[in-house]
Formats: sequence, structure tokens, C-alpha cells
Amino acid sequence: MAVEGKTIDALSQFELSPVLGVVGQAVSFSQSNLFMLIATVLSCGLMLLSARRAQLVPGRLQALGESAYEFIAGMVRDQVGDEGKKYFPFVFSVFMFVLFGNLLGMLPYAFTFTSHIAVTLALACVVFVTVTVIALMRHGMHFFSYFVPEGAPVWLWPIIIPVEIISYFSRVVSLSVRLFANMVAGHVMLKVFATFVVLLGGLGAVGPFVAAMPLAVNVVLVGFELLVAFLQAYVFAILTSIYLHDAVHLH
Amino acid sequence: MNERNGFEERLRQARTQRGLDKPPEKGGALPQTAWGFGLRAGVEVVSALVVGVVIGFLLDRWLGTWPWLFLVFFVMGSVAGVLNVYRLFSPKPRSRSGQ
Repeated sequence: MAVEGKTIDALSQFELSPVLGVVGQAVSFSQSNLFMLIATVLSCGLMLLSARRAQLVPGRLQALGESAYEFIAGMVRDQVGDEGKKYFPFVFSVFMFVLFGNLLGMLPYAFTFTSHIAVTLALACVVFVTVTVIALMRHGMHFFSYFVPEGAPVWLWPIIIPVEIISYFSRVVSLSVRLFANMVAGHVMLKVFATFVVLLGGLGAVGPFVAAMPLAVNVVLVGFELLVAFLQAYVFAILTSIYLHDAVHLH
Repeated sequence: MNERNGFEERLRQARTQRGLDKPPEKGGALPQTAWGFGLRAGVEVVSALVVGVVIGFLLDRWLGTWPWLFLVFFVMGSVAGVLNVYRLFSPKPRSRSGQ
């Protein structure tokens, strides 16, 4: 799969191809869309199932759903404050979508939709637009005072205001690029070391022994990638809440 | 007596949990490892620079002033990148918003 004519082909795993036969071909339904759908269904299913058969002493599934809920609820409360409660569903959906996207990508034959800049940029744009609209709704025109730091002399405003605006817009780029770059880098590394296993394994008698080294690296990398998958979803969610905090409290 | 103190503590925790009391202020809980910091700083600088360059480029194309606005916004983007990193490293992560 990765080895084509003894070369390392680490990027073909990110290529899109239509799934679901003729229907998928007609509407360009790629495996990326399929895994987005799976992630949505799984996260909805997890929350529905864990809430439906709720018991005083939670079972495994209920404990999982409740700990996810409590985790994000606590984060939104800590970062945004009590006013942030009504934005909890938004942060929680974003977190679960990114988390399931990252974790599903760790399964063999699965596609990591968060490894496409188009997907992460769209997510970041949704967060950015939502946060800006919330800030505008709460503060009206006063929102634009966000770009003017208190205590700055007036003659510095022509420099400070464009810098602040650029800094504000750079949130979209940094939010999307961070997630995208982490997922791509991780999956490329996994693929490269997996290719080493195959290439070295074919080296005659010593092959299997030498190939054990990249295999060991890959075992470590899989664990590391699981950590990164969770961590990046967490970072995405916490940055969303920090931006929400700025939108709610402004200065 | 001891049991009563324990109850007060638990009640306070439960009230804080439900948002009835003001929770104690906590700082931003982003991962604070050296690598995490380094990567975040890099991403912040590059993204501010990218936004500045794109804004300058588009304005230039619109107004036909190539390359002057591009150069101006390149510098602005660099300054914004440094500002982002400064905010990342400044002791109070959310000093802008002032609580």
C-alpha cells in the first residue's frame, strides 16, 4: 500500500476518493465526508445512549459520556464564567467532532478528516464567526473598542489598530493550522516508519530483526498519536472557550 | 464536629460546581510543556504573518499599489506575531480582558 516500487509514499493516505459506489461518485461523497458522518453519529449516539439508560451508579458507557460532558462543562465554566453556560453546547459539539475525527483516524483503514486544511479551516471559521457574532450581539458597536488598547496614546492608534486586527484574524489561521499540522505530521510519521518495517523486512535473513526497530518506534508513535489526538481536540476546545471569554467580557 | 466541617466543604464544592457560588479564579489551563509552548509560539507568529501578507496582497490588488501596502502589512503582520507571542508568554495569559 505504502510501498510502490520501493519508495516511501507517505502522502497518498490523505487523498480523497469517492465512496459508496455510483451514488457517492455522483455527489462526490468522499471517505472524508463518510468519516465526518461516522464521527457525528458516534458522538450523538454516545451522548444519547449514556443519557437514556442513566443510572445512579453509572455503567461504563454512561461514565464515558458523563465524564466528557463534565470535562467540557468544567472547562467552559472555568474559562468563560457563568455567562458561558449557554455556549456550552457549541463548545461541546466542536470538541466531540474534532476528538472523534482525530481518534477515528487512528483506526486502520480509517481516514483522518482533521488532516485536511479545508476541514480545520472551516471549523476555525465557524468558531471565529460565532465568537465575533456573539461579541457583536452582546456589546454592539462597543465591540470595536477591543482593537484599541486602553492607555495607548492617540498618535500610536494608526499602528496599533491594524496590528490588533491582524492579531484578531490570525486566530483563524493559528487555530486551523495547529490542528491540521499536528494530524498530518503524526500520520506521515506513522506511515514512514511503517514503510521502513516493510522495506527492511525484505532484507533477507537479518530483515525481520532489523525491521523490529521501526516497528517498535511505530508502537510508541501510536500511543503518542492517541495522546496528540486528544490533546489537539482539547486545545481546540479550550481556545474556543478563551475566545468566547474575550467575546463575553471584551476588556 | 469534624463531620459537620466536611459537610460544609462538600456543600461549597457542590454549589460551586452548579454555578451557585462564584468559582475560584483559575488561569488558562493550556498545556505548559516546553514543546507545546514552542509549537504554539511558532504557529502564532506564522499565522499572524500569513494574515498580514494576505491582507496586504489583496489590498494591493484592489488598489493597484503593488508592492507598497504588501510591505506595510508584512511589517504589521510581524508585529502582530510578536504581540501574539508576547501575550502567550506574559505572566497573566488574559491580561487583555482584565477580568
